[in-house]
Amino acid sequence: MIGPISQAFSFAKRENRPALLTYIVAGDNTKKNSLKILKSISKYADICELGFPHNTPIADGGQIQTSSYRAIKNGTKFKDVFKIVESFKKSKFSKPIILMGYFNMVLQYGESKFLKDCKKNKVDGLIIVDLPWPENKKFAKKCKKSSISFIQLISPTTSKNRLKSIIKDSHEMIYYISMLSTTGGKLKVSPFRIISNYKKIKRINPTKNCVIGFGITKKNIKDLKAADGLVVGSAICKEITNSLKKRQNPVTKVSNMVKNLKDKIL
Amino acid sequence: MKLKKKISVLDQHDKFGFWGGRFGGNFVPETLKKPINDLEILFNKLKNDEKFLSERDKYFKNWIGAPTRFIKLSNLTRYVGGAEIWSKVVSDANGGAHKIYNATVHCLLAKKSGKKIICGDTGAGYAGKMLSMAAKKFGLKCKIFMGAKDIKRQQPNVKAIRRNGAEIIPVYTGSQTLVDAVSECMRFWVANCDTTAMCVGSTVGPNIFVKICGWSTSQISRELKSQILEEFGAMPKRLKLYNCVGGGSSSFGFWNEFMDYDKKQVEFIGVEAGGPSKSKKHAAPLTYGSKIGILHGAAQYVNQNNEGQIEETESISAGLDYPGVSPLHCFLKDTKRARYTAASDEDALKAFKIVSKYENIRPSLEPSHAFSVAISESKKFSKNTIVIVNSCGDAYKDRNILKKKLGVVL
Repeated sequence: MIGPISQAFSFAKRENRPALLTYIVAGDNTKKNSLKILKSISKYADICELGFPHNTPIADGGQIQTSSYRAIKNGTKFKDVFKIVESFKKSKFSKPIILMGYFNMVLQYGESKFLKDCKKNKVDGLIIVDLPWPENKKFAKKCKKSSISFIQLISPTTSKNRLKSIIKDSHEMIYYISMLSTTGGKLKVSPFRIISNYKKIKRINPTKNCVIGFGITKKNIKDLKAADGLVVGSAICKEITNSLKKRQNPVTKVSNMVKNLKDKIL
Repeated sequence: MKLKKKISVLDQHDKFGFWGGRFGGNFVPETLKKPINDLEILFNKLKNDEKFLSERDKYFKNWIGAPTRFIKLSNLTRYVGGAEIWSKVVSDANGGAHKIYNATVHCLLAKKSGKKIICGDTGAGYAGKMLSMAAKKFGLKCKIFMGAKDIKRQQPNVKAIRRNGAEIIPVYTGSQTLVDAVSECMRFWVANCDTTAMCVGSTVGPNIFVKICGWSTSQISRELKSQILEEFGAMPKRLKLYNCVGGGSSSFGFWNEFMDYDKKQVEFIGVEAGGPSKSKKHAAPLTYGSKIGILHGAAQYVNQNNEGQIEETESISAGLDYPGVSPLHCFLKDTKRARYTAASDEDALKAFKIVSKYENIRPSLEPSHAFSVAISESKKFSKNTIVIVNSCGDAYKDRNILKKKLGVVL
């Protein structure tokens, strides 16, 4: 059976374009608004990543940190994250949803309870930033049992042998980190280099959907079109921050931005 | 959970890096897997390499000034009227604190790996000061991450770091203390691990950083063991080793060589920062039974809420102001090898006043926590009990706080 995440990739492929993946933090800038943002961008995005905010995010740059702190300050808890997912999944243009965050939060919630609630609320995939392979093997298996995709991360520092093992243990989607950076850094590697690294991953197993993320903005997104999917996160978080500064509506601003991003990869 | 004998505690972890199956590990982003692995290979090779060891010993002796003094505090002993109180004056070390051992080893490793830049975190400023000193000594460029609150309260060390030519990067996120400095330093390393080495300032962080730091500070107990044997002719029947615990680097180093003794003979007492006595906030996860969580790449007892958000801490001592604690200490607590308790801000200040009144040493606010508990417990001990307190830092860095709180001018 093909899961919703794979379906989203096939759909994009039929349109001869990469899938567009967006990332926002649940509860940013308010619980209500983050649901509104999801609903409005899902017209353009193929897969939506939703961060559950942590206050010690060691792999995130300034933009996502700001969004996370804003969400925590708004009192965003796991029950709110699941509520947002649940309402989003019931909406008209719902898309596959991937929860993303740090392992301590899952640990405190309880691994089994967490996966049960993910399944109940129709979460399709999980990215746990600080649970690398092989430490993630047991948890990834548990995810699979609950029909949730565990998404493995690969970085430019990943060795070739390691790469093979990670891909072998991966589910339907792999996330390639474009460069040595926290989220939201300036793209310091040429898109050509990134795509050539990406192709090395694809050569090992062409059937896995591989997305590229970190440092992608409206300026460089079209240069990376060769990928199966592209993730934009920090740029969106930055848009929310800027709209708040200018007292504009973050929902419309982000929605316009994602439409714009989509236009660039069509 | 059991402590093994005749094998260093540092090596008693499983293949995933967990002590006792649950503390430590490597909860890091994929990007850091390779640099961490490279560092593991390098360190595991060098830690048994005779040439490297003699190089380390040369710097420890000629540059750091090993051994640091082991002295009897006769006046304090008389004032307290119980156990014999001694101190290992680790603040004698070049730079004024134990942080120099770890900084020196990290710079030696960075040189061997061909890295030109080294980054590090600091709370009290000692880890930063020592790293900047060692980096200067070994010709490395140095970046120090420090919380904005700590920059304000530890000015003497801030100035020293800058004098050594290092760049200080102020951290404005979260509580603007050590926890945020470590996070920001790790982020910097994620983005620059191809050119830059990282020094974690305590026995915290991913497994290999815990090991390197503990291995480096163990110099303290190596010296102390031979000093004790020289002084007493044999290991005393009742020996009690008091040390403050923040991340836990000085205490682990102070205890490591005594690990295999029965705890009835050599007892370890770790003193955490209890914070202001009127505040609910503290930096004492072992004393107050915090739950296991993940902080800075390692599983440990850590102050957190039930959702897993790390909680803010409060302590007068910047060096202990950390919500987590070394996986090694979690392991020593659960195997019951060490006992942990806390002293409040007020206790520490009072202890500083007493120690500096009776003796010619001036422990910084961190070891003043240990002195506080050592003094109050020593009263109840027999006269043949030997109490040793690690005076692991010099109080000069605290001069502004001491002036404000006690009117003392250093």
